[in-house]
Amino acid sequence: MAQLTYRESVSLAIAQAMRKDPKVFFIGEDVGAAGGVFKATVGLLDEFGKERVMDAPISEQAILGAAMGAAMTGLRPIAEIMFSDFLAVCWDIIANQIAKTRYMSDGQINIPLVIRTANGGGSKFGAQHSQSLENWSMMIPGLKVVAPSCASDVLGLMDASVKDPDPVIFYEHKSLYASKEQLENTNLSIPLGQANILHEGADITIIGLALMAQRSKKAAQILKEKHNINAKVIDLRTLVPLDLQTIKRSIIETGLVITVEENPRLCGWGAEISSLITEHCFSNLKGPVTRVTTPHVPLPSADILEDNTIPSVDLIINEVIKKVKGE
Amino acid sequence: MEDKLNDDIGEAKRLQLWEMMLKLRLVEKKAYDLFLQNLIKGTSHLALGQEAIAGAFGVALQEGDYTFCTYRGHAHTLARGSSIEGVLGELMGRQCGLMKGKGGSMHLTDVEKGVMGSYAIIGAHLTIANGTALASKYNKTKEVSVCFFGDGTTNIGAFHEALNMAKIWDLPIVFVCENNLYMEYTAISEVTAVEHPAADRASAYSLDKIIVDGNDADEMYRTAQTAIKKARDGHGPSLIEAKTYRHSGHSRADPGKYRPDEEVKDWMENKDPIKNYRKKLLEFNIDEKTITGIESKIQQQVEDAINISKNSPIPDIKEIYTDVWADGGYKWHN
Ligand SMILES: Cc1ncc(C[n+]2csc(CCOP(=O)(O)OP(=O)(O)O)c2C)c(N)n1
Ligand SMILES: [Mg+2]
Repeated sequence: MAQLTYRESVSLAIAQAMRKDPKVFFIGEDVGAAGGVFKATVGLLDEFGKERVMDAPISEQAILGAAMGAAMTGLRPIAEIMFSDFLAVCWDIIANQIAKTRYMSDGQINIPLVIRTANGGGSKFGAQHSQSLENWSMMIPGLKVVAPSCASDVLGLMDASVKDPDPVIFYEHKSLYASKEQLENTNLSIPLGQANILHEGADITIIGLALMAQRSKKAAQILKEKHNINAKVIDLRTLVPLDLQTIKRSIIETGLVITVEENPRLCGWGAEISSLITEHCFSNLKGPVTRVTTPHVPLPSADILEDNTIPSVDLIINEVIKKVKGE
Repeated sequence: MEDKLNDDIGEAKRLQLWEMMLKLRLVEKKAYDLFLQNLIKGTSHLALGQEAIAGAFGVALQEGDYTFCTYRGHAHTLARGSSIEGVLGELMGRQCGLMKGKGGSMHLTDVEKGVMGSYAIIGAHLTIANGTALASKYNKTKEVSVCFFGDGTTNIGAFHEALNMAKIWDLPIVFVCENNLYMEYTAISEVTAVEHPAADRASAYSLDKIIVDGNDADEMYRTAQTAIKKARDGHGPSLIEAKTYRHSGHSRADPGKYRPDEEVKDWMENKDPIKNYRKKLLEFNIDEKTITGIESKIQQQVEDAINISKNSPIPDIKEIYTDVWADGGYKWHN
């Protein structure tokens, strides 16, 4: 039985992948000697050496290009983009090259790589170091999108992501790095496309991802204790592939659903889920799908501003109560 | 065959270069004809006039080596030994095409031949080519990666990121800038801070300044051999600037009116790599019959390939839904 932080589980997950498969290597800025700006890759350089843990220049395009080219030959790179906001400077390599090359080549080329990146708010870093950008990659055919909400999911989903023959964008949440979990076993594998139920309940379905899944769970515990409302919390874990069946099963039971997203309103992942629910579960719905998101603004920096922008446990509780009461 | 000429290249290689360039030229010309007949849709960027560069590398490279080229890549793909019907069929959107019509003219890919793709977003493939080179280094194998691009590409960030990374890790890669004096419709000199868009940047990455006449197949071949050997022997990357000129416009839609008539005429009449090479072969006492023999052989091959392509079925519309994922499909939810 070990207690592991989300942060420690990242380096452990990478180390386990590298121990299992000599084709796996790791590349990023400040990841080796410095152990990562979030200290999520400490110890890897010592264990695996410079050939497999590569400190790269500040060249996001070159980092992902190199990872892509290496993956084309059958290697299995894990590349780090320090903050997910920086995906914008290498978006061509992701959206045009990595995502489309398999299709355009008629399946001649596989690109089995993982791009890990620190995502999300809560650190008061302002609008260019705090975004939740899962939806950027979700809208591109050819990319798998993973966003773990706890240490064990980091381990299990990283294992599956590295083994996956397709490119995976792996969003780690900055505000979860310090979260802890008791683990019996660290050698985990969780198939991509399998949602997790974080809280049981038949009154309403709450769908969340990463930090929002954890806040939804907290909200569900309070709703149960103080408000006698039983909410089912679904942690999607992966947006692509998406576990629609788990969502459907829960809505058949509850008839009410809210999505909780950390991104601004327009075109957030909840919009797609909401549309799928309307398409697949219309007759089971007792009311419209509610989307809880940030307002459609860049994320502000000051404590009180950021805290009131990102959906809080209290906000989720209020939305659920309104929904259950039919307001 | 005994070499008639006792220099470093010799007759056998020269005839190989001749056959190679001729193939690139004739296929490209046919691609243009097929366009005019509306048998090829979309766009196409011809490398007419630039054959000596792809051709020389095609002859100098070994099986297993990796090449990356741009949307102007029909020639670079053929130069690695891809079938003519694979290329023309892809342009025509037929099942016999290299990617069964899913990529098109700008994305020719033939992994079996080491053609690791043709890239249509300027600069990207320089970074990706570093990746195959990195893999060779990682695996301690001896393949060389070669990346072709244009003069205009030297002004995008990816060019600079890629050169720096290749140098700091001493990757087995050759970057080949085909300086055809124009980006799309603008002369490269008007938008570039240095005279030689690639070569003058080389020193910033501790690389040698290499400028070569890209229309002289012999010189091109020698330069290619040296850079490839350097990479293969573990001595790191090279950046070559090969001066050349495209005979046609940038793409199908471009009549190329922004180029002075005199300039076009000079390059077409006096600096055409194929015309000049034919002359050179004769100067080297290579039998004219041998030369024309190769010409008719290639002509026949191209005709045959066109027939195969025309008779090849169009793709099944089910192809739309294949190969997004490695499982062969496109589904994203259960
Ligand atoms: C990032 C990007 N910007 C612009 C274009 C449009 N474009 C296509 S080809 C081209 C010119 C490229 O010039 P050069 O690198 O000299 O290659 P050439 O076409 O001469 O072979 C441009 C601007 C593009 N494809 N990608
Ligand atoms: Mg050019």
